[in-house]
Amino acid sequence: MKKDLKNKIALILAFLLVCLYGIFGIPQGVSGKALLGAVTKRIHLGLDLQGGVHLILQVQVAEAVSDETDSAVARVKDALKSGNFNYSQVYKPDPSKPELVQIEGTPATKASDVRSLLDEKFSGEYDVNAGSTDNSWTLTMKPLVEKSLEEKTVQQAIETIRDRVDQLGVSEPLIAPYSLGANQILVELPGVSDLDRVKAIIQSTARLEIHPVVGDGTGFSDEQAALASVNGVLPPDQEVLHGSGALATGSDSDKVYIIDRAPVVSGSDFRSADPSVNSNTGQRMVHFTLTDDAGNRFWDYTSANVGKYMAVVMGGRVREVAVIKEPIRDSGEIEGQFTEDEVTILSKMLRTGALPASLNFLEDRTVGASLGADSIREGVTAAIVGVLLVMVFMLVYYRSSGINADLALFLNLIILLGFMGYSGATLTLPGIAGVILTIGMGVDSNVLIFERIREEIRAGKVASAAVDQGFAHAWVTIVDTHVTTIVSAAILFLFGTGPVKGFAVTLTFGLLANLFTAVYVSRVIFEAHLNNLKPGEMVSI
Amino acid sequence: MEFFRGVNVNWLGWKWYFLAFSMIFSVAGIIKMSWYWTHTGTPIPLSIDFRGGTEVQVQFANRPDIDAIRKAIDAAGIKDSRIQTYGEPGQNEVLISLPEAANENSLDAGRQQVVDALHAHYNNPFSDTGVGVGAVGATVGKQLEQQATKAVLLSMAGMLVYLWFRFQLIYGVAAVVACFHDTLITVGAFALTGREISLTVIAAILTLVGYSMNDTIVVFDRIRENLRLSRREPLPDLVNRSINQTLSRTVLTSGLTFLTVLSLFVFGGQVLNGFSFALVIGILIGTYSSIAVAAPMLVAWQQWRAGKGKAVALPAARRSKA
Repeated sequence: MKKDLKNKIALILAFLLVCLYGIFGIPQGVSGKALLGAVTKRIHLGLDLQGGVHLILQVQVAEAVSDETDSAVARVKDALKSGNFNYSQVYKPDPSKPELVQIEGTPATKASDVRSLLDEKFSGEYDVNAGSTDNSWTLTMKPLVEKSLEEKTVQQAIETIRDRVDQLGVSEPLIAPYSLGANQILVELPGVSDLDRVKAIIQSTARLEIHPVVGDGTGFSDEQAALASVNGVLPPDQEVLHGSGALATGSDSDKVYIIDRAPVVSGSDFRSADPSVNSNTGQRMVHFTLTDDAGNRFWDYTSANVGKYMAVVMGGRVREVAVIKEPIRDSGEIEGQFTEDEVTILSKMLRTGALPASLNFLEDRTVGASLGADSIREGVTAAIVGVLLVMVFMLVYYRSSGINADLALFLNLIILLGFMGYSGATLTLPGIAGVILTIGMGVDSNVLIFERIREEIRAGKVASAAVDQGFAHAWVTIVDTHVTTIVSAAILFLFGTGPVKGFAVTLTFGLLANLFTAVYVSRVIFEAHLNNLKPGEMVSI
Repeated sequence: MEFFRGVNVNWLGWKWYFLAFSMIFSVAGIIKMSWYWTHTGTPIPLSIDFRGGTEVQVQFANRPDIDAIRKAIDAAGIKDSRIQTYGEPGQNEVLISLPEAANENSLDAGRQQVVDALHAHYNNPFSDTGVGVGAVGATVGKQLEQQATKAVLLSMAGMLVYLWFRFQLIYGVAAVVACFHDTLITVGAFALTGREISLTVIAAILTLVGYSMNDTIVVFDRIRENLRLSRREPLPDLVNRSINQTLSRTVLTSGLTFLTVLSLFVFGGQVLNGFSFALVIGILIGTYSSIAVAAPMLVAWQQWRAGKGKAVALPAARRSKA
């Protein structure tokens, strides 16, 4: 029995060491300052507790409008074709006015028919006007529609930024619209150490698209050569893009390509994307799957274009040019000389969705704790006073067993902080609320056990039997209360966002720590105590 | 030392008083909330997290003292502002956020309020023209609100299902009803005292739900154990006895936790006030509801079933061992 007890104590100490490592890592020294430094590196505090960066972003809503009218251009062409009307061009004449679409070269004799077709299909969102001649028309996006599109774009950008910045959902950033009507977003992030990386992640448009390549896949050495091949006049529905010169290796890096402006597959068509590695060449790739709808379109396109080339465009540059060997439906791989970081970020972008428009940083400042340093000081003092009161009371009320309870409380906190350190979760005030609940339930567990032991002693049992029975009965109650709360915390974690999630995380960790200390550690300490009792002596409780 | 030996209170005998007490506070809360709703569009005062507001940037000549600034803003009658240092430490800049309905006029009004308050009550020079102002939207948009509400309701359902599985359906229902009762009275207390609800208060409310549930389950557990041991005992007597047996533990745990949050409420400062207020009320009501709401509901249900001639549904009947 003695050896068994020694093993148990050793196990507990080992576990404790693991948790301490989670909290401190390997500290530089043992001075107060060094320890504090070590802790703050491992345990992340939220905005309300430590402050962080205050970023203001401008959403380039014009791009979203432009995307919308790009797709309108395609729809107009389809509509005119299906109505059997010829046309010479459908395009956007003015880059500074993305809401304007111009149609030229329709049959002048059938003007009224064209008019009714355009009205029927587009007058909901666009104002249809006849152009200067009988065979031209303009479509202008209605101001109300444009405004609502802009608002939707800002909201979408907010959601996408939140997804990108908040991986586990536990870093609790503050993201809100800023400055009425100016399409700006405020982002506050706690204690960011690598600001540039975060800014890169937020800003990255990473709009992955697949465009048809005009001509063969070899590309041109520079823009002049490309233009020369089309006699200097590039059709408006094509554009010239550079290959990605970002990577050192690869001889294709600085070529220039002519591609169709309209993509075959774009951001929202991707259902999922994951980094993977080509088993033959060891090159990093992104394995993607498309939505059903996009898959069908891709199948149609690739079936009709076997032998032709398509370009994978990311961030405005051509990343890969591939020949269409056979029809592809809905999954494939994108190969290119990606770095590991690029591949992970790309996959994340594809999964969380592309930003609806690009973002500019207007302002970038540090900001103090939103709770205010003064109130944090006051709160910490109050909390320490409270916990000390509890510990003293336990000693007085339960005598030597009170030490048991106090030790359990202390261990709980260490284990909880250890979990937090390992998981990288952020501690905010709602998280601290979770800790308070855990402390309450921890105290409760101990009280349950002790009261039960006292009942058993009153019923006449000897020390060891009383402790046994006490634990046995209390265990049922402790399991019920803890599992119920863990069920609730799990659901809050899965479905909640922001502070609700932070609360759920610390609560779950705390409850697990509680189960361990209240039942295992407490038991072991009692066993040790029982071993030291003389026969007939009672536990001090 | 022991407080409660041989206690024998007839808790269920007080059930009508309990009901009256609960009703008074619930109704008072609901009335105040309806008043708020008709006057301000939301049932309770909401903080800047929910409403958005105005951000005022001020650059001082000397190092700003956040405590003093907060007192100055308070003295001018501006409640529930958020004050943070802004920019590099040497710049002496401060960001003051006020929950205001953000429209063009109130931006300037908010700015003026802050400027006036600082001039009147805080002795640190700053240039009026250098004061910047911006409008911040709500951090908790509609979507977040809906998600959070869904999450909370689902978690209640989860707890109900677990209790159904471990005890009986009525136990789960009674426990969840007690939790709703606690939340209603706590939120009502906020409405009655005119306090704002912020995101941290929401966390405090989640805490009190967990706490109330914990307390209720302890009582139910003892009831279940006693039912297994003495099937002949009339249910009200058995329930009373169970409550009395767990009274020592209940008062201790609640008392200790209450002391801790009371310390936070008294010493924790103004910003944490809403948070600690919710916990103080919550712990009291959470303990109360296990005895005054959950237990009587359980007994009433069983008696109703017995009255209709149905057998009393006991968790003990289903289980043979602990």
